Amino acid sequence: MPQYEKILLKNMETSGYTGSLADYEHAGGYQALRKVLGKIAPAEVTELVKKSGLRGRGGAGFPTGVKWGFLPKEYQGPKYLCCNADESEPGTFKDRQLMERDPHQMLEGILIACYAIGAETAYIYIRGEFALGARIVERALTEARAAGYIGRNILGTGVTIEIWLHRGAGAYICGEETALLESVEGKRGLPRVKPPFPATHGLYNKPTVVNNVETLANLPYIITRGPEWFASIGSPPKSTGTRIFCVSGHVKLPGNYEVPMGMTFRELIYEHAGGMRSDKPLKAIIPGGASAAFFTEQHLDVKMDFESVAQAGSMLGSGGVTVMEEGTNMVWAALKLMEFFNHESCGKCSPCREGSPWLVQTMRRIVAKRGRMEDLETLTDLCKNIAGRTVCAFGDAEVAPIMSTLLHWRHEYEELIREAEVTHPKELAMAAVRH
Amino acid sequence: MLLEKYKDEIEQIISRYPVRRSALLPLLNLAQREEGYVSETAMKEIARILRLTPPQVYEVVTFYTLLSLKPIGKFHVQVCRSLMCALVGSDTLLGWLQTRLGIRPGETTPDCLFTLSTVECLASCGTGPMMQINDDYYERLTEDKVDRILADLKRDGTSPLKSGPFMVPELKRAHG
Ligand SMILES: Cc1cc2nc3c(=O)[nH]c(=O)nc-3n(C[C@H](O)[C@H](O)[C@H](O)COP(=O)(O)O)c2cc1C
Ligand code: SF4
Ligand code: FES
Repeated sequence: MPQYEKILLKNMETSGYTGSLADYEHAGGYQALRKVLGKIAPAEVTELVKKSGLRGRGGAGFPTGVKWGFLPKEYQGPKYLCCNADESEPGTFKDRQLMERDPHQMLEGILIACYAIGAETAYIYIRGEFALGARIVERALTEARAAGYIGRNILGTGVTIEIWLHRGAGAYICGEETALLESVEGKRGLPRVKPPFPATHGLYNKPTVVNNVETLANLPYIITRGPEWFASIGSPPKSTGTRIFCVSGHVKLPGNYEVPMGMTFRELIYEHAGGMRSDKPLKAIIPGGASAAFFTEQHLDVKMDFESVAQAGSMLGSGGVTVMEEGTNMVWAALKLMEFFNHESCGKCSPCREGSPWLVQTMRRIVAKRGRMEDLETLTDLCKNIAGRTVCAFGDAEVAPIMSTLLHWRHEYEELIREAEVTHPKELAMAAVRH
Repeated sequence: MLLEKYKDEIEQIISRYPVRRSALLPLLNLAQREEGYVSETAMKEIARILRLTPPQVYEVVTFYTLLSLKPIGKFHVQVCRSLMCALVGSDTLLGWLQTRLGIRPGETTPDCLFTLSTVECLASCGTGPMMQINDDYYERLTEDKVDRILADLKRDGTSPLKSGPFMVPELKRAHG
């Protein structure tokens, strides 16, 4: 198996590395901050990041430098950075490891981003369940403050940046950037209608950037080793750098694997994650977290970069790769995810609020072998009326599992329904549940 | 009263934000840590501190799943039921917990020691099946491990089987 140089997991995979400030500094930490503060103009830092090709690791894959560039240049008032550490997308567990094992790496990234966009305050929005992570990040913040990396007049350069940890309280939707902002403002986490975008009207209506933990953690290395180096990794020009893929499901060695983008699913699953856990062959792959459309074994040779995965009909999303073996019922799998989405719909817009319980009911009926062929039309119809018609991208996400399993495994739905027609003939059927 | 007991902490929290209301979730977290749930008294007090109306506080409490309006057991056992854990046996784990504790999800044991809940993905999908008990994660659960955890909690109030800083796959030690 070819070996690849790791960027983000390198420190923590060195034996004895604890993630303390001393360990991080020993590994070269905070050198990037020293290199930029007061020495490279903020706008130039943004240019470097643009040149590196870095794209968001939170889900949407938006080019990071370009996003920063949307902030109004002449604006003099306060600006904010929010680090999205809400990690709630089923199948994703990389930010947790990045924070618990190497918190300073993320902090240095936050500082560089703040400097580039001219923000004096950053909030790390960490999901409420990460109690251990919150303790570790708090400790790192205290260390970094004491060492003069955070606060007023950082390293004597006159730059002021404060970073505060803000704990969530259990709501998947708060990972959506505008819901996150509402949540920091002390409100229910309901996504805002866009535009206006956070770049102009963000936290407290001020220009704001929201970036994912992994995105920010890459910044120190782009600074120290140069954007050209970063841009040469992965599948340039559109998918540069590495990604931490979180492999879960029926593989021998589930876990976080940091590899250059552009590797095939086959290589990731069979060489890194140890292959299938039993002698059952692979049946399905979710390529990028619960919101990504399912792939089949036919897609094993698709390259794991933003473009190739999108072209094949899904998305690289949050980097959560879930593998399912032969024998897993795909209708059941889609139902499990639909139950998740139904639980997490924030209720702001009607297609999502009303559509998701309806989808769950219909799916449950089919799985319980009480379905009817008409149900398949209902499913398709509902999905089409949710996608693209909601306030936030949750609407598109929630229909992906059902739409894609219907596309690849429609016969499994039909088999369950045919069984229902035999065991529960129409005369005996329950009245169709109307929502 | 929160303000009397945590005056400095509360002021410190409020000072982090340009707008007082932003301190709402941190203060609710504090209230819940103090009493085990968010009581009406606490909500009214927090409203006063942040110059909000009680309904503004209440509507936030009802939005977030970690905030509870009712007292719950000393140990809140939360089993992940999302797909990735279900693929590796969370249903069996939940069944085992139900038998062991004699309660179903949403219920509390008569001695008020354990409350059982099902929750959605907790970012441990590679180490499932898993559960969170109060602040701690317990991963790669087996029936035997669950029994040991429950016994530890009953006896000592804590268990050494909880997860430390996350790393998966674990590092292979140099020589076995
Ligand atoms: C429903 C929903 C949930 C999301 N959850 C997360 C999350 O948990 N973590 C995250 O970083 N981004 C999440 N995102 C993406 C964010 O909205 C945003 O695009 C991202 O934080 C931007 O950072 P990036 O450009 O560095 O990726 C979510 C988006 C949606 C629509
Ligand atoms: S799509 Fe769903 S989650 Fe997003 S705003 Fe609408 S109701 Fe809320
Ligand atoms: S699915 Fe259980 S922790 Fe993610």
